[in-house]
Amino acid sequence: MGEERRVLTGEHFLTGDHACAEGGMAAGCMFFGGYPITPSTEIAERMSLRLPEVGGIFIQMEDEMASMNSILGAAWGGWKSMTCTSGPGFSLMMENLGLGIVLETPTVLVNIQRGGPSTGLPTLSGQADMMQAKWGSHGDYEIIALAPNSPQEIFDHTIKAFNLAEQYRTPVLVMSDESVGHMTEKVIIPPREELKLVPRNYTKKKPGEYLPFECGEDEIPEMVKAGDGYKIHITGLTHDKRGYPDISAEAQDWMVRHLMNKIQKNKKKIIEVERINMDDAEVVVVSYGISSRVAHRGMDLARKTGVKVGMLRLITVWPFPDYMIKELAERVKAFVTVELNFGQIALEVERYVAGKAKCYLVPHAGGDVHKPEDIAEAIKEAAK
Amino acid sequence: MPSIKELSKREELLTGGHRACAGCAATIIVRQVLLAAGKDVVVGCSTGCLEVVTTIFPYTAWKVPFIHNAFENVASTVSGVESSYRSLKRQGKITRDMRFIAFGGDGGTYDIGLQALSGAAERGHRMLYICYDNEAYMNTGIQRSSATPIGAATSTSPAGDKIPGKTQYHKDMTKIMAAHRIPYVAQASPSHWNDLVKKVEKALAKDGPSFINIISPCHRGWRYPMEDTIEMARLAVETCFWPLYECDEGTWAITYTPKEKLPLSEFTERQGRFAYLKDHPEVYKSGQDEIDRRWLEIQALAGIGNLCVAPCEEAGDSN
Repeated sequence: MGEERRVLTGEHFLTGDHACAEGGMAAGCMFFGGYPITPSTEIAERMSLRLPEVGGIFIQMEDEMASMNSILGAAWGGWKSMTCTSGPGFSLMMENLGLGIVLETPTVLVNIQRGGPSTGLPTLSGQADMMQAKWGSHGDYEIIALAPNSPQEIFDHTIKAFNLAEQYRTPVLVMSDESVGHMTEKVIIPPREELKLVPRNYTKKKPGEYLPFECGEDEIPEMVKAGDGYKIHITGLTHDKRGYPDISAEAQDWMVRHLMNKIQKNKKKIIEVERINMDDAEVVVVSYGISSRVAHRGMDLARKTGVKVGMLRLITVWPFPDYMIKELAERVKAFVTVELNFGQIALEVERYVAGKAKCYLVPHAGGDVHKPEDIAEAIKEAAK
Repeated sequence: MPSIKELSKREELLTGGHRACAGCAATIIVRQVLLAAGKDVVVGCSTGCLEVVTTIFPYTAWKVPFIHNAFENVASTVSGVESSYRSLKRQGKITRDMRFIAFGGDGGTYDIGLQALSGAAERGHRMLYICYDNEAYMNTGIQRSSATPIGAATSTSPAGDKIPGKTQYHKDMTKIMAAHRIPYVAQASPSHWNDLVKKVEKALAKDGPSFINIISPCHRGWRYPMEDTIEMARLAVETCFWPLYECDEGTWAITYTPKEKLPLSEFTERQGRFAYLKDHPEVYKSGQDEIDRRWLEIQALAGIGNLCVAPCEEAGDSN
């Protein structure tokens, strides 16, 4: 079957959802387990057409719990895997996102956010799952989440998500939104040889020597290839380096610290932001996803009135770039967070500003995007 | 069983002006069900076409109390409603005799809602669960479900070089519910309205859970002219793709027997979703064989045939 159909090199006019599917294809995804839910369904539909072309497998599961587990199973079976969902489906995936984190499973979950809570606004935009991405599954953990703001970026970020998943042996979230998922723009898919892909980090240890949760300084354990004769035991229970259950406070302390450390220790390598007009900025707009595009316009409007405003666009939302906020808080007047919710990432900004600058939020319940004028007004208010 | 004249005098409890597609069977089914049920009902509805088209802001088409749920949990929510009703009734705080009806599509019934439905049936809530089975996820744009028949093209089982549409048989949901040994389980079709109304009346009279699976042709997903909806439902029955039967307190009965069982092609050739079957006679045959097996099984359960089909004949030979 045709690996030549894997990467559709060229210039395309694609929706964000279709670009996301192409990102998965280009990254080497071989398995997609999913369940229809607006506004993410087009990703699943495209994967159902595309994966069979390269000998991969698309399965429509019976619900989102099953979808999430199927991609964990496929990853341990040796394949790069992904799923996509939105709002209610993301909620249903939470338990097994936690399983993926505890099993340290490389896989990719795309959330095309819509308005919530509950069924909410199936066809309209929202960014109100951002805290759920970090805290939605029970227990302490760290997560990696990206927030693309265009079809091109959701293509790029899906590849990046696969790379981070392999690099840090963990589920990675692409936290996009309906606006990006359903907008159609130019997407350039590079030649295959120009794609930077991170292969799975297979162990060089022999069967018998390998332990599935053993790791060095970097806190990242190696994987094994299914069928190579390794006998492994993995479990959602608190476990030791062998993967055997160890129900004790000591084992819990080791495991949870390890799960946190592997992201926290490496966060400067993981975090990516875009800085716009930051050289002379006295006011910093913090935004991500579709909101960052509207906020960009708001920033331009405010600049025209003479306000020295810049933008810190979060490309990686989790782990949160706390050190950048801390550093900026020492020298700027105010932060203005723009997001389609009533203040989620704004809370993180406030936390690390820690009273050293003023913090403003431009809230929005979702269902639409902000008005750039409202953002400009907030910036002007912050600059006073 | 009221006559059609009597039924036509009853108040419509699902008003017109809702946003269902012209030629949608789901709303026809709801109207038939509510005509039989009357006004003293509480309706629960899982997420799906029916919920979307009947409850567009700022309107509702429902003239009875209505509770919308997430996708997977209408049976659970109605379990709670029915339990609180029983408690209030016992305390004498409610005197009216109420009935509880849950509506779910095939996605919310066969797939994501199966666990909730099974739990409600086992616990024994007095609730009628109606599945309007349009054989795919129509609300999100025609993705396959476990009710989608073999050979049907959907947006996630696209017919082409790799597969001739869906490659699996549809789940035998009605029998799964019969296996719960609840008081009443039936299969119905809007083309046979009198049979459907009678089944709803029987189900609501049972002091326990009941389940009716109703075929709900969808011209957007099945690809046929919209005016043929009832005709498609009728052909599903006449080909025995969708036999009309019931299991009443453990007694199986076929409630309508086609005079002459039509070949499945009478049903499939009228629908665009099966277009690829023309080039895949083996898939068509597999579908027909499965329909035949299920029909024989139903006949046997109803006591008018031999439960053993092919394997029995072989065993007979060796004897």
